[in-house]
Amino acid sequence: MSSVAVSNKKGFGAVLWDYLTTVDHKKLGIMYLFAGVLFFAIAGVEALLMRIQLMVPNNDFISAGLFNELLTMHGTTMLFLAATPLLFGFMNAIVPLQIGARDVAFPFLNSLGFWLFFLGAIFLHLSFFMGGAPDAGWTSYASLSLYSPGHGIDFYVLGLQISGAGTLISGINFIVTIITMRAPGMTFMRMPLFTWTTLISSTLILFAFPPLTVGLFFMLVDRMFGANFFDHTMGGNTIIWEHLFWIFGHPEVYILVLPAFGLFSEIIPVFARKRLFGYSSMVFATILIGFLGFMVWAHHMFTVGMGPTANAIFAIATMAIGVPTGMKVFNWILTIWGGSIKVTVPMLYALGFIPSFVAGGVTGVMMAMAPLDYQLHDSYFIVAHFHYVIVGGIVTAIFGSMHYYWPIMFNRTLSEKLGVWTFWVFFIGFHLTFFLQHFLGLMGMPRRVFTFQADQGWDLYNYISSIGAIMMAVGVVLLVINVLLSIKTPPVNRRDYWGDGRSLEWSIQTPVPFYNFKQTPLVRGFDPCWLEKQEGNKEMMTYAEPLGDIHMPNNSILPLIMSIGLFVAAFGALYHPDGVSWSVPVIVIGLGITVLAMITRSVKDDHGFHVHVEEVIAEEQRLYGKGGNK
Amino acid sequence: MMKGLKKWRLFSLLAVMTVFLSACGEEYISTLTPAGKVGEHQYDLLMLSIIIMSIVVIVVSFLYLYAFAKFRRSRLGENYMPKQVEGSHTLEVIWAVIPIVLLLILAVPTLMATYEFGDVKAMDEVDEDGNKTALTVNVTAKLYWWEFEYPEQGIVTAQELVVPTNEKVYFNLKAADVKHSFWIPAIGGKIDNNVDNVNKFWLEFGKESEGLKDGVFYGKCAELCGPSHALMDFKVKTVDRAEFDQWVASMQATEGNTASVDSTDLGEATFAQSCLGCHAVSGVGVTGAMGPNLTTFGDRNRVAGFLEHNKENLENWITNPEEYKPGNLMTGKYAELSPEEISAVADYIMSLSVEK
Repeated sequence: MSSVAVSNKKGFGAVLWDYLTTVDHKKLGIMYLFAGVLFFAIAGVEALLMRIQLMVPNNDFISAGLFNELLTMHGTTMLFLAATPLLFGFMNAIVPLQIGARDVAFPFLNSLGFWLFFLGAIFLHLSFFMGGAPDAGWTSYASLSLYSPGHGIDFYVLGLQISGAGTLISGINFIVTIITMRAPGMTFMRMPLFTWTTLISSTLILFAFPPLTVGLFFMLVDRMFGANFFDHTMGGNTIIWEHLFWIFGHPEVYILVLPAFGLFSEIIPVFARKRLFGYSSMVFATILIGFLGFMVWAHHMFTVGMGPTANAIFAIATMAIGVPTGMKVFNWILTIWGGSIKVTVPMLYALGFIPSFVAGGVTGVMMAMAPLDYQLHDSYFIVAHFHYVIVGGIVTAIFGSMHYYWPIMFNRTLSEKLGVWTFWVFFIGFHLTFFLQHFLGLMGMPRRVFTFQADQGWDLYNYISSIGAIMMAVGVVLLVINVLLSIKTPPVNRRDYWGDGRSLEWSIQTPVPFYNFKQTPLVRGFDPCWLEKQEGNKEMMTYAEPLGDIHMPNNSILPLIMSIGLFVAAFGALYHPDGVSWSVPVIVIGLGITVLAMITRSVKDDHGFHVHVEEVIAEEQRLYGKGGNK
Repeated sequence: MMKGLKKWRLFSLLAVMTVFLSACGEEYISTLTPAGKVGEHQYDLLMLSIIIMSIVVIVVSFLYLYAFAKFRRSRLGENYMPKQVEGSHTLEVIWAVIPIVLLLILAVPTLMATYEFGDVKAMDEVDEDGNKTALTVNVTAKLYWWEFEYPEQGIVTAQELVVPTNEKVYFNLKAADVKHSFWIPAIGGKIDNNVDNVNKFWLEFGKESEGLKDGVFYGKCAELCGPSHALMDFKVKTVDRAEFDQWVASMQATEGNTASVDSTDLGEATFAQSCLGCHAVSGVGVTGAMGPNLTTFGDRNRVAGFLEHNKENLENWITNPEEYKPGNLMTGKYAELSPEEISAVADYIMSLSVEK
């Protein structure tokens, strides 16, 4: 962000306006990244408070009700409002560069997706100050969430509905971008793995979010207008919510973990200085995992009483996912096998990821065994399992990729030395926190408990686990310090920062100009940057077109206004069941703002603008000094 | 150097293993010390999967650490250019087939156990007199307590499940308000108490609970059900068949027991005035009470399911239940009692027993 401020020498107001109206995928990537870090920090503090409460038996640091709010918001925030935007940040910032595009297919929608997500997230968090946060768990199972007093669950339903719409819009945008915006020569089987996983994970978003939307809508009308979709006393059924939620919820896991796989598939070959082993089988495995991800949702419901046949089918289907996932792990190991491994911070995260994720994967297979899951389900074993997958798989990918892509995103670098410290503190803390939780579960400790009685054999492990959580928090603080320090580092101003870059994004000189490529690149093979370097091409890129005018989209404030309209309307809907007189007018005003903004967008044609050749040359000179981007 | 490192590794591995093997948890609550067919079977599945999965983790970690140690750039030199391999079909087939084989080894016992645990046909079997051959218990989970009805015996109790050892006990499970989940870790687990439908499953209790620390197995609610989810414990007393029959008989003998408002005992009179509306003192009845049946309270192990079983805790509980179990449905259901009344009523409740 600093690079923009420095190089453009704009005032604060101008910069702010620029970010509020931008449709540039790189700036939106940065906004996603910072929003994600903000919510990651909030959810992290929630986790820390819970671990402090559970440090000793019969603790009264946090009350029972507040604990349930914290566990609900921790899960909801981490999955919907931290992991998702952080990965979207990298997708936005990197995917168009990887496929040789000047922006995403729908820049306006890209901005709308961000603002919907962000305002939905803010709305959800306002619940803490407006009568209490949701308290029925991130799964918000229907019987408990209908029973829950106050407005907590309404905040959950409305906030997720708005931010979910943003996620869905962004998912569609990525699918179209990757299918239609690839540079000449960038065939599907030349696409970098991160682009592939983004494509598959966006496809999962497309199919997984509608069931959630339906479920949330049912919950909304149940709570606000007295419909009875989930009220069993009126002929409703709460199990339907569980199915709808998990038909979304299981693919959601893959929506998050596939891009993480993709990021590691970028990092590992670069620092092993070796082509990704088994590229085509990696692509195949990604597609297979995505497909199977929709076939296994009911393994979250083995104890619901679906009967042995349903349990057996879902058990076998779940085990099957182990095969493509195992394929990926072996491909990564074979990539470093025979390579030349340079241990940088991103590589350190990648190397830490492999054993952690395998540990999370094998416990997943154990829980796929339905009769064994009867013991493990809803115990601390599952808590350990999914944190191994999410922290060991997704969070390590995000932290590693921050170091890896910082030079492209900000034209600055994160400190390697501090990064190594961060890694070890965080990594050791992570294993300390979650490894023993497997045993807590086996020793009979249920999950989501706000306290536990002494002398059930759980005291020591809970204590150690809390120490680990504090270490993880220290790790995150170190990372934030690293980010702040990076502002003061000298600008990178070069191509191929890591020296062994393989995919197209490393061919671009930083700072990346707002149009990305002054000439659209011609992709002549897999790993184009590597290919051009091998052939001695100093520009690391072959061009598909002569220097010409560049067509770019205009900035717009409308996405923000549309999102604010829904944000306002949500308050009306929230207080409607209380019978307040202003609820309907507020809904009407809010929706009116959104509809007006939509009409404006539809009626007023916006064809974008052209950057003329002279302007391109001037911009290149401004960024890279005399002679332009050679 | 390497040798010393290896020795050190072996030692630390052993040390870590000792910590974990000794830490199997407490016998009355740990799934690692199973008592009864279901729990033992699940323990066997756990061990089978842990062994296979440990092999996977060890093989992967070995390959990975070996590659990591051998192919460091610091060893190979800054300018070393590795061969750019595309992949290998042979290898890829191998690591697709090996996991499939391992998963098949896990899948077969999984399927068998799934059907075995799901088999509740014997629940409806009757002998020539038309009596059920197996013991059935109807479990109703409520905010935040458990009701156990024995339909064939015509008795009902709460918070403490009493079952005979070494025979299959069948359960019908349901929730009265929000979803709960019925879990006795040391015996075998677990199935949800849904609000919509009755779930059925069976357990076998392989050991008498007499010798355990508190003389009972611990049971837990495993599904988030509100603020006091963590406190929704119950206890399981397992006894041999003869003792169980005796217990049933003494429960049946409490038929008609009630508390009288006119009693000369202040405790009984207060109880009849303030508590009897929700809490029965006769063990004969059916499920559906507002509050836990207190017929066996004096025999129980805990106050309110989790507080130590003494008069002081009972008094505190009656004085302000909300302080101990936030969100419970007892708070505010009765008029405020004077300290003498509370003390008397606590004495009365503590005296309720079928075993003494």
